[in-house]
Amino acid sequence: MQELIQSLQNGQTFLAGLPPAILTLIFMALGAVLFATVMALNALVAVYAERKISAWMQDRLGPMEVGPQGILQTLADAVKLLLKEDIVPAAADQKLHWFAPFLVFAAPCAAFAALPYTREFVFANFDIGVFYVASITSLSVIAILIAGWASNNKWALLGGMRAAAQIVSYEIPAGLAMLVVVMQVGSLNFNAISAAQDGGIHHWFVWRYFPFNFIAFGIFYIATLAECNRTPFDLPEAESELVGGFHTEYSGFKWSIFMLAEYAEMLVVALVGAALFLGGWSSPIPNFMNTGAWGVFWFAGKAAFLIFTHMWLRWTLPRLRVDQLMHLSWKVLTPFGFACLLGVGLWMLI
Amino acid sequence: MQVGLTHFLVLGAILFCLGLLAVITKRNAVTVLMGVELIINAANINFIAFTRYMDNDLDGQMFGVFVIVIAAAGAAVALAIVLNIYQRMRSVNLDEADSLLG
Amino acid sequence: MNSFDVMFYLIAALTLLAAAVMVFSKNIIYNAMGLLVAFFGVAGIYVMLGADFLAATQLLIYVGGILVLLLFGVMLSQRFTGAEMRTGTLQVLPATLVCAGIAAILLRMIWQTPWPKAEIAAPKPTTHEIGMQFMTTYLIPFEIVSVLLLAALVGAAFLGRRDAR
Repeated sequence: MQELIQSLQNGQTFLAGLPPAILTLIFMALGAVLFATVMALNALVAVYAERKISAWMQDRLGPMEVGPQGILQTLADAVKLLLKEDIVPAAADQKLHWFAPFLVFAAPCAAFAALPYTREFVFANFDIGVFYVASITSLSVIAILIAGWASNNKWALLGGMRAAAQIVSYEIPAGLAMLVVVMQVGSLNFNAISAAQDGGIHHWFVWRYFPFNFIAFGIFYIATLAECNRTPFDLPEAESELVGGFHTEYSGFKWSIFMLAEYAEMLVVALVGAALFLGGWSSPIPNFMNTGAWGVFWFAGKAAFLIFTHMWLRWTLPRLRVDQLMHLSWKVLTPFGFACLLGVGLWMLI
Repeated sequence: MQVGLTHFLVLGAILFCLGLLAVITKRNAVTVLMGVELIINAANINFIAFTRYMDNDLDGQMFGVFVIVIAAAGAAVALAIVLNIYQRMRSVNLDEADSLLG
Repeated sequence: MNSFDVMFYLIAALTLLAAAVMVFSKNIIYNAMGLLVAFFGVAGIYVMLGADFLAATQLLIYVGGILVLLLFGVMLSQRFTGAEMRTGTLQVLPATLVCAGIAAILLRMIWQTPWPKAEIAAPKPTTHEIGMQFMTTYLIPFEIVSVLLLAALVGAAFLGRRDAR
């Protein structure tokens, strides 16, 4: 981003007169607004896609009324939610009830900054990119706990604590899988990781050091599925178990923020998975549509494919019980993660 | 004036005293633990500030990593103890935890 | 007054405000939220001091680990939900005097000491260097801390078992 600011200063626009600090601040603010807009648009598209895809898998049609083929359905839902009355239980803590949606929105929004969108341009070219994303997504745990507590409702509290325990348990296999890739590149920088996979589909990390990277990709996929509270790990939101889980007492706009944040979290983990294992902004065919803005297209395309598999899995697998969930994380994924780490490390040495 | 070493040290000192206040005055065991965490963070700020402004190598940051890790271990064990006290006494009021033989 | 100073004053004000909320509020969850913002502020201070790896570690371990642990501890040690969230304070006046005295001594010492000046280099990424130091200079403390963490893990799991008398 510094180059962009430099080029603006060298130009003849009126922006050249401002001190660089103000320019940086303006770009940061623009970036934040862009991320929030992307999150809202993503929720718009993803909710519609989810409803249509689940409908087709269940041999029905899904939303068809509002707009052609129901395209404007999510927009109508958003308008409805905005106009709905915001009910907060009288005995609940008003300030915390209002604070939790902010936190849960902030966590994925902050993670968008470090992701590698194109070869040349990254919003924040951190050298600790992977580490930063892992630590920022752990903020959503606090938000869910506070949401569950602030509702003054034992189902919400139980749902919140279960969700927090689930997310915290699955952060470990996800981190181990990320470490497998970081070990091969030797850097935590997302752009460096994407650049190491440049040159065609045979360079992607998911095929190298077979089968360790493949298993690591599987571990990462399952662990991040659990971190987003998606089926088969959506016990904290299950209607048959806990009414609505931690967002039982939230209505109207605040509930929509929880949904927005869930879809944004799905987008973030899909983007991270695409960047780490599926090549980031590089195209599958070497040197074909590989420069400039095509990077965003390939990156978003891979993430879209991963999100499609998230939705596909939702209607394929049954829900896991909470002890099965914990067993999977601690007794299956974590040992396999360590084994992959060890395997790749030994392979790299030999 | 230009922000230098003293500014960071002053911040660390004030955070330390606020944490100390929490440890001394609070009755709930978990809040006392929160105060301890604040004290540890203040000391960590001191380490990092010294290594940046005086030594310019990474010794203070290494120390900082170890401090964070050990603080995490201590907090985990302390909370396990607090929950055990709660199971026994049904309250985490530190004033009531005054008998050695349970 | 360049941007570094402005950022420092902003982050320091945020951290001190959050720590004040943490200490002076009577609601335990507000204490925890104050601590959350204080941890974020301290992570920001680490970034200002050029310790980027340490800032991410602070966020991951303190916010994602210790604060979650503290919140679980708070929520599991209440006798009934909703009520009884007030925590009392004891002997506020003597404690405030003692802490103000300690603060005064520390601040006077900090202002009076002639700290030696060193060449401040531009901040550079520290991850690689920290990793190398872990494997060479600080190898033994690294191993000892690993064993310490194992002991803490086993101890906490043992203390938290279901059939405690």
